[in-house]
Amino acid sequence: MNRTLTDRFILALVVAAAFVWMMPMLWVLTLSLKPNEELVRSTNGIIPWPRTLEHFATLLRVSLTPRWLLNSVVVAVGMTVSTLLLSSLAGYAFARIDFPGRRAVFLLVMAGLMVPEQAILVPLHAMFADWELHNTYFSLIAPRLAGPMGVFLMTQFFKAVPRELEEAAELDNAGRFKIFWSVMLPLSRPALTTLGIFTFLFAWNDFLWPVVTATQPEMYTLSVGLGSLQGNFAMSEGLGFLMASAVFASAPMLLLYVVFQRYIVQGIAITGGK
Amino acid sequence: MSAQAPSANRRNAVAGYAFLAPFLLFYGVFLLYPFALGLWMSLHDWEIVGDYREYIGFLNYAELWDDPYFWEALKRTLQFAAMTAPAATLLGLVLALALQKPLRIYAALRAVFFASNIFSVTVVTLVWAMVLNPDRGLIANGLRAVGLQPIAFLADKDWAMPALMVTSLWWTAGLPMALFLAGLQQIPPEVYEAARLDKASRWAVLRHITLPALARTTLLVVVLQTVMHLQVFGQPLLMTRGGPANSTRPLVQLIYETSFRDWRSGYASAVSTVLFVLMFGVALLQFRLSRQEGE
Repeated sequence: MNRTLTDRFILALVVAAAFVWMMPMLWVLTLSLKPNEELVRSTNGIIPWPRTLEHFATLLRVSLTPRWLLNSVVVAVGMTVSTLLLSSLAGYAFARIDFPGRRAVFLLVMAGLMVPEQAILVPLHAMFADWELHNTYFSLIAPRLAGPMGVFLMTQFFKAVPRELEEAAELDNAGRFKIFWSVMLPLSRPALTTLGIFTFLFAWNDFLWPVVTATQPEMYTLSVGLGSLQGNFAMSEGLGFLMASAVFASAPMLLLYVVFQRYIVQGIAITGGK
Repeated sequence: MSAQAPSANRRNAVAGYAFLAPFLLFYGVFLLYPFALGLWMSLHDWEIVGDYREYIGFLNYAELWDDPYFWEALKRTLQFAAMTAPAATLLGLVLALALQKPLRIYAALRAVFFASNIFSVTVVTLVWAMVLNPDRGLIANGLRAVGLQPIAFLADKDWAMPALMVTSLWWTAGLPMALFLAGLQQIPPEVYEAARLDKASRWAVLRHITLPALARTTLLVVVLQTVMHLQVFGQPLLMTRGGPANSTRPLVQLIYETSFRDWRSGYASAVSTVLFVLMFGVALLQFRLSRQEGE
């Protein structure tokens, strides 16, 4: 009896905390749905009433937001597909092919985990400036394909796959690539899903490199574009619009989170966050 | 050794490097090379605009030593990480302990606390800049409702840093929570069963079973959080611009501004090297600590 009472008390506390935790987002959602006349009078309340979609309409009509959305989709999809391909190819080699220098190359690649993005930010910028490739999808995507985390994950995963599954294919005289493509890849769907969702999330929210390489508004991603709006708007006139932008930029991620929650938590926990 | 061994070896070598080639290409060009280039640049007076570069040895590092902006930024970075990392760890631990039950309501609550992790830094700062706004912010509205004066958190020298910390905690506390939840699941249930037969109190179970069992997880969380918060950038850039009076400018923002506003890439590379050494040191510390504990 005593125990359940304590449990209930703790639960009540956490429910209250969760409500406070959600307040900022609920409030912002409310602001994004309030007409301007109402916003001028008050920013109180977290119930979206009266409501209007005018800010979202403005967003789609007169701002660059649709273009930024497109950029974000191209970058996130491009980075995810490329990462999955590169990581699974390399992971397969490290886990299954006994080639000379394997240990040394693996260590060299894993050493890359120690290099933070800030340490290579300035030289990367110089390189892309030399090549005159800033403000391109290539510059937004390519540097992010060098991170070894995906290779590490796929190597670990392929190592755990039982050998027998490939041996059957080897008896059929299938080539290495065929075994990789038609036996190993289908088996690794759970690992690819985790890595894929995590990469997509990372790409979508990426900020430091995009803000450096994308200097033309047409090449901003949603994340960079939103940052650029922040300084440019006077709080009173653009408030509803600004808040609508925040809601708009986070809606795809929230949707993804609701659907793939398990994989997202797993992926972030494995790789230790951003 | 059979006759076909050499050719099998060669086949393996070709196959191995063929599978690796696409990744190694990106790894070499976009990680190893820029890392080396960064060290090289830090020994130069290197300006992107006008293509000016001159070898100056360690003069950039000498200049760093005498640069009050650098020391201020280093201090702020350490301060931010030293306060945010333990706070996030503690918050994550408390949340994990309170929400570890497998019931659906707890799962829903876990989802709520983790959700803020998935927003981009620009969304988070946009939301919190508004929440903290002294004229029309959520907190100001609340303070006024109970008859108090609103506070200009982000423009106040004493409040700006704590405000950035609260924002960052809200953004990132879901990660330590998830790691602690994973750690809790690895404690064998028999241990708890034994404690229950002994009629051990809730507090005794927490102190003598749960917390000791989480020691490794705690170390991991503290290190991950420290490394992560040493890299703080978006929050001060977008919420305070490093102000007021330089009280919130961290190293990454200094790198960013030195390189992409003042165009002094050599000097910025020197700052990057310092940050790299700092983070490397923390990671090394973790490696040594976890080895000690494993023995």
